[in-house]
Amino acid sequence: MSSAVSGASAVNPGNSLYRSRKRFNAIVVVVSSAALAFGLFWLVWILGTLLYEGGTALARAALYYQMTPPPGADGGLANALAGSLAMVAAGTIFGTPIGILAGTYLAEYGRRGWLAGATRFLNDVLLSAPSIVIGLFVYSVYVAQVKHFSGWAGAMALGLIVVPVVVRTTDDMLKLVPNTLREAAMALGCPSWKMVVFVTYRAARTGILTGILLAIARVSGETAPLLFTALNNQFWSSDMNAPMSNLPVVIFQFAMSPYENWHRLAWGGAALITLAVLVLNILARALFRRTD
Amino acid sequence: MSDTQGSRRLRSAPWADKAFEWLTRIFAFVVFSLLLAILVSLVIGSQLTLEKYGFSFIWSADWDPVREKFGALVPIYGTVVTSLIAMLIGVPVSFGIAIFLTELSPSWLKRPLGTAIELLAAIPSIIYGMWGLFVFVPLFQAHLQPAIIDSLGNVPFFGALFAGPPIGIGMLTAGLILSIMVIPFITAVMRDVFEIVPPMLKESAYGLGATTWEVVWRVVLPYTKVGVIGGIMLGLGRALGETMAVTFVIGNAHRLAVSLNAPGNSIASALANEFTEAVGDVYYSALIELGLILFLITTVVLGLSKLLLLRLARHEGAQA
Repeated sequence: MSSAVSGASAVNPGNSLYRSRKRFNAIVVVVSSAALAFGLFWLVWILGTLLYEGGTALARAALYYQMTPPPGADGGLANALAGSLAMVAAGTIFGTPIGILAGTYLAEYGRRGWLAGATRFLNDVLLSAPSIVIGLFVYSVYVAQVKHFSGWAGAMALGLIVVPVVVRTTDDMLKLVPNTLREAAMALGCPSWKMVVFVTYRAARTGILTGILLAIARVSGETAPLLFTALNNQFWSSDMNAPMSNLPVVIFQFAMSPYENWHRLAWGGAALITLAVLVLNILARALFRRTD
Repeated sequence: MSDTQGSRRLRSAPWADKAFEWLTRIFAFVVFSLLLAILVSLVIGSQLTLEKYGFSFIWSADWDPVREKFGALVPIYGTVVTSLIAMLIGVPVSFGIAIFLTELSPSWLKRPLGTAIELLAAIPSIIYGMWGLFVFVPLFQAHLQPAIIDSLGNVPFFGALFAGPPIGIGMLTAGLILSIMVIPFITAVMRDVFEIVPPMLKESAYGLGATTWEVVWRVVLPYTKVGVIGGIMLGLGRALGETMAVTFVIGNAHRLAVSLNAPGNSIASALANEFTEAVGDVYYSALIELGLILFLITTVVLGLSKLLLLRLARHEGAQA
């Protein structure tokens, strides 16, 4: 690039057109650096606020073993944490196999026919579809039929958000597996299901795992689909068939309330969720980079 | 002996192969039909209001649960306006960041800076909402908003958009926070498509003495135009459907206001706020129809975005 610049400066440096082009380019460089600074500024500000406001709440041990309190009393987020963990786990267990199998079809069997192309397209739309609509869907097909909110419904909604993420990464990662591996397996007389399960899955293992981690990170912070599926529960509940407390909805409720102690707990929960999500994201990236 | 064993294996393989292929095909079909299932369930759920109001639901500004009069105009307006504000700010900023990351950044900085911007997308939307309500809104109300009202509020014609008291929450605030949220999505697509431009094209432009800006504007952008628009549409789709961040700061008022500083409502935040408290079948049906409208709009926008990106990819394939 530098040679291009020095080549151009062989043109008369006093040329006004040349100078105005250089000036305009300098402005663009400054503006685009400013754009980057603008983006990073919010990241630092938001994370800084979370650490500052949530830090003290995180350090309090009661946060992890006491239940969500009534206004004005002391308490923790134990029931919300447990509920979130249970629903995220159930959602992941429900969504991952669907996602992996569908992704396998797209990458391994879908070279011919319309289904793979159409599914890939719709899956990408689903990937960015508003999560609140997923909540509405689960509400109308499940909650409205059994007539009560439940942890299972929440897990179902989260599972439906896991699916497109896992489909996409499985598809991408399986396509990265070199065809020579498949051909070698086939040449040894391996049936194609064994080839997929024992050769290509193994070759794409870290990639698929990355996708699952990213999906978990995505659903851990999802609030909208839980609002009318899992609802909330002020008390400890291990019954997945009843309304269940969960971190995002508790944060929403507590932050919107006028009570000071609820705000403090909401900040603690917010810091906790963000920390978990960022750690999962960075972990997934590190894992994927190792395979690169 | 070894011969019979071999033939038995050969015989046992075909059904296992077929079974596995069909298993994956069925699940692919499940994913394929999911979008359709959502559409059907929303249509069934909103049947009551679909029949009762027909198309007038879309342009009626009523929202009166007591007298059971519903219309979607106010939430649709809020959704569109906040998303447009987000695009107005988010697109140029993302473009700048993408230029920086692909053309200007030293290569050792590319990865950490890119990751940092991507982490903006990882922060859950409820965090944006909470931070917006407790940190951004008070500062915005005290410092930035009065300045905006004083300066832009007096401009003829446009002034009405910025008039009104500085109350902090409102459509402008929601749009500003949305703009931060869409930056990582648009930037990621722009960066990816900028990187597919053949180096030879860029190098020949640089070789002719073009500046970085001229290379971006005259070579990179024309080559990746379709993909860039696809990226913008993706960001728009995200902004339209964003729920929690908007719910915290938009004010949730069912009122049609000209001023962007006034509180409003978006489809997603109306759902988040009212759905669990709705009473009566008509109210539920009206809310589900709102969801249906949101679903249709975002699906069309996201589908278009995907089509544009596919077109760029196909164009690439044809050249290779």
